[in-house]
Amino acid sequence: MSWSREQMVQRAAAEVRAGEIVNLGIGMPTEVANEIPPALGVMLHSENGLLGMGPFPTDDEVDPLLINAGKQTVTALPGASTFDSALSFAMIRGGHVDLAILGGLEVAATGDLANWTVPGKLITGMGGAMDLAAGARRLIVLQSHASKDGKPKLVAALTLPPTAMACVDRVITELGAFDPLGDRFHCVERAPGVSEDEIRRLTGAPVTFG
Amino acid sequence: MTDSTSAPPTSSPAPGGKVFRDVASALGDLLRDGMRIMSGGFGLSGIPEACIDEIARRGPRNLTIISNNCGNQGQGLAVLLQKRLVAAVVCSYVGGNPDLAEQYLAGSIAVELNPQGTFAERIRAGGAGLGGFFTPTGAGTIVAEGKETRLIDGRPHVFETPLRADLAVVRAQVADRFGNARFHRTARNFSPLMAMAGAVTVLEVDRLVDVGAIDPDDVHLPGLFVDRIVHVPVHRNVIESRTTRARGPA
Repeated sequence: MSWSREQMVQRAAAEVRAGEIVNLGIGMPTEVANEIPPALGVMLHSENGLLGMGPFPTDDEVDPLLINAGKQTVTALPGASTFDSALSFAMIRGGHVDLAILGGLEVAATGDLANWTVPGKLITGMGGAMDLAAGARRLIVLQSHASKDGKPKLVAALTLPPTAMACVDRVITELGAFDPLGDRFHCVERAPGVSEDEIRRLTGAPVTFG
Repeated sequence: MTDSTSAPPTSSPAPGGKVFRDVASALGDLLRDGMRIMSGGFGLSGIPEACIDEIARRGPRNLTIISNNCGNQGQGLAVLLQKRLVAAVVCSYVGGNPDLAEQYLAGSIAVELNPQGTFAERIRAGGAGLGGFFTPTGAGTIVAEGKETRLIDGRPHVFETPLRADLAVVRAQVADRFGNARFHRTARNFSPLMAMAGAVTVLEVDRLVDVGAIDPDDVHLPGLFVDRIVHVPVHRNVIESRTTRARGPA
């Protein structure tokens, strides 16, 4: 059957390469941190001003002034650095963050991403999503493939307000991993037991395989 | 708040000095209706609590608040929202702030959302004397609407203007009497940038030390950006999301 949430997170973690600087978005992407082998020497970047983010603190390690971009208490690993927000986003826009893994609402075959707002719903703000989508050297999106009633979220053209244009390198859904190639998605991996027909039926743009 | 011609501070610092006895005197002659106030902090972390409390107590109205979140969960700058003192908010994220959501939906408050990096850089530009900058962030999105765009190296960029304020209130962990300051961990966030961009900057500091006690190489914010200093040794340090792990095997 399709991948579980945990398997999607593990599949995303498999994209992380040794020595990379990685920013993980709020929600499911945050869980990717638990699946990155320490031996890879990856440094996690949190856009509120921390490079070298560690795991959640133990009770006696909690520091109210050491948080991640989701405002959760975190720790700083040996080799970590802290900095102001302008420098933090210079790291992102300047192409110094190798990989961002973000949640998504829609991805177009052109690589456009929508993940910050849905018209008619209470607006929350884009936070750092637009900078990360526009600035990270490689962008992987973790999201569901289609809505519960079967409406595709991998589409030919966005129906939701964009976060950034032509920015997504790979989408990981419960059905597989897909690269937006302009006029189509290319399926680079299918989840076990998922057929090509099922993927085609639930995708709003042409899909190629193999 | 109507006393735009209020009396001078009740406890002025020594001549040429920046250190005020308390926040009431440090902010005493600065607050007025309609002013633009920048406040450091990320959510509730690292906010200048005493300065915000004093602004809420004094109650200047029709404020424009420039801050990443404008408080949260009814605390921090959200207290100014609850008191209906705020006319406009410039920020990047308003989630988890029911006071802001309610007044925004009611049309009683204007919200200008910025991508967080654009927000930070606009403040930096304001303090650095720049007329703005072109950024790829927001190109092709709602953020670019009505703004000049330019192709730079084949990529669309959006022109963003600087942000400045009449007053910046920020908090640091330690500062000397000139205002040279160091921040703690991720409490730095927008604070040094805002200190640069405020016409007047009030620094609320956990620990006040003598000039020379901070090594020059350890200064995060040079003191020339700080106009007034107030020593506030105790803070509430509210945690929005306390996440912990079990103590594992060493």
